[in-house]
Amino acid sequence: MRVLMKGNEAIGEGAVRAGCRYFFGYPITPQSELTHYLAKRLPEVGGLFLQAESEVASINMVYGAAAAGARVMTSSSGPGISLMQEGLSYLAGSELPSVIVNLMRGGPGLGNIAPSQSDYFQAVKGGGHGDYHMIVLAPNTAQEMLDTMGKAFDLADQYRNPVMVMADGIMGQMMEAVDLAGDTKIEIPPKPWATTGMAHHTGKNVINSCLVIPEEMEELNLRLEKKYKVISQKEQACDQYMLADADIVLVAFGLVSRICMSAVEKARAMGIKAGLIRPITLWPFPTELIEKTADKTRAYLTVEMNMGQMIEDVRLAVRGRAPVFHYGRLGGMVPELKDVLAEIKNLHEGGTGR
Amino acid sequence: MKKAFSRPQSLLDVPFHYCPGCTHGVAHRLVGEVIDELGIQDNVIGHAPVGCAVFTMDYFDFDMISAAHGRAPAVATGVKRVLPDRVVFTYQGDGDLAAIGTGEFVHAAVRGEKITCIFINNAVYGMTGGQMAPTTLPGQKTKTTPFGRDSVISGYPIKVCEMLTPLDGAAYIARAAVHSPRAIIQAKKAIKKAFQVQMAGLGFSLVEILSTCPTNWGLTPLEAVKWLEENMIPYFPLGEYKVPAAGVI
Repeated sequence: MRVLMKGNEAIGEGAVRAGCRYFFGYPITPQSELTHYLAKRLPEVGGLFLQAESEVASINMVYGAAAAGARVMTSSSGPGISLMQEGLSYLAGSELPSVIVNLMRGGPGLGNIAPSQSDYFQAVKGGGHGDYHMIVLAPNTAQEMLDTMGKAFDLADQYRNPVMVMADGIMGQMMEAVDLAGDTKIEIPPKPWATTGMAHHTGKNVINSCLVIPEEMEELNLRLEKKYKVISQKEQACDQYMLADADIVLVAFGLVSRICMSAVEKARAMGIKAGLIRPITLWPFPTELIEKTADKTRAYLTVEMNMGQMIEDVRLAVRGRAPVFHYGRLGGMVPELKDVLAEIKNLHEGGTGR
Repeated sequence: MKKAFSRPQSLLDVPFHYCPGCTHGVAHRLVGEVIDELGIQDNVIGHAPVGCAVFTMDYFDFDMISAAHGRAPAVATGVKRVLPDRVVFTYQGDGDLAAIGTGEFVHAAVRGEKITCIFINNAVYGMTGGQMAPTTLPGQKTKTTPFGRDSVISGYPIKVCEMLTPLDGAAYIARAAVHSPRAIIQAKKAIKKAFQVQMAGLGFSLVEILSTCPTNWGLTPLEAVKWLEENMIPYFPLGEYKVPAAGVI
């Protein structure tokens, strides 16, 4: 069954289909439709939608529900996600599976409610305190927003780790056809570690990230590091488009990747060998594929709705073997096809970007 | 021979780390006794705060969650909503609950969240070394009010029970103390009632327990007990502030 859905609604339906039955959140634009959808939808499947008094409370309610063994999520946008950083650090430290959605908007500060990708650093480099990583997924269509939620909950459970799904305000608001015919079988792994009361598991369970003895804290840190290494090796995901013979390689995620696909097509029509890498996982970053293309690529161009954040990860992957340039629009502005094309042409003609 | 007195089953046989004369241990014991008497050890989930009582997770013998500073009522909300048939409580100090966690406990009460908060008020931050708490009395000297709390600069002590009483979601609100055998008996009754109110599904319950902190008050344990009685109780009157209608529990 194909239906028209806003991206925000697709995320909500995707969560329900993934077996998520608990949502805790606080109102913020441009993710409002997601909460409207789940406020109606969750009670239909025996779930709970609860509006919290703040994002600080929301993320801690997520912490409690995850500790109790439930599939649980919250969603917000920039300022609200900033308020959640303490909680995200605790979720990572206590290894609680949970899904957090960020529909990014212009910033810093109160900024605006227009689309942006300016929370990239916050999501992939930490954001909260301490040594940790979230898994970060970046869908680029309403369909993928729906499908990603299943993947997000599975990864969260598999690795006992918070997973962030990132998109921008346009993707949340834009309506697209979504196919609801896919797999709806829900498989939630057992959680013998959950604090459900001692009558419901063996022994006493404790959910905790407080280890006052440095040797014990280091032990946790090392265990987390080992887990993050496994995730880095196994979970890198990206799409590629006309990459095989490309010498100008665009790198873009989310909404911008769709604009870049069109730009690649236009460039090809002009005889320029352009291609696109679209990271689907922002952490772990798809370093492997980018690395492989480094020796045959004349120039990389990251196109982002920020001042140049993902470009740092592309440069780390390329390791100086080819120049990496950036084109961005800021403050809620979206890169236009003609401007991206002009950047490609400029690089093709030996230019050095902006 | 019948054993007349022993450690509650819900309390593990490990030494407390608390300073001599600190009444956290008494409060722990009361919570443990109540949980034993209600027969809920296997179905209770407790929440440890940030502060001196962070190690409650090592002392109680049932499932425990360590919450971020002040956030325990929000975490407990998440647990209770997923597991409505379990008994869920938080154990929080005055800095944790009544300063940084003001939003969380108030709104848990507003929602009528079926959880119990055990709120230890000793008028000072303990673990961080004796700074002014939201419940520090006017004129009381702390590390951050070295000349005594000046209400012109630092305002007045927060009265948690009085604040919560008008809220419709609050079902049982009481203030007790643990400075004398008589007060301890009253405190235990209040804790038990708070858990019973939760188990009856009546709404939010909180018991404030006036406690001593001899180390950070700069007093001997005996002087601390006297100081609590003479200074804290007049400012924070003991008693039941809100109770369910007669015969409900």
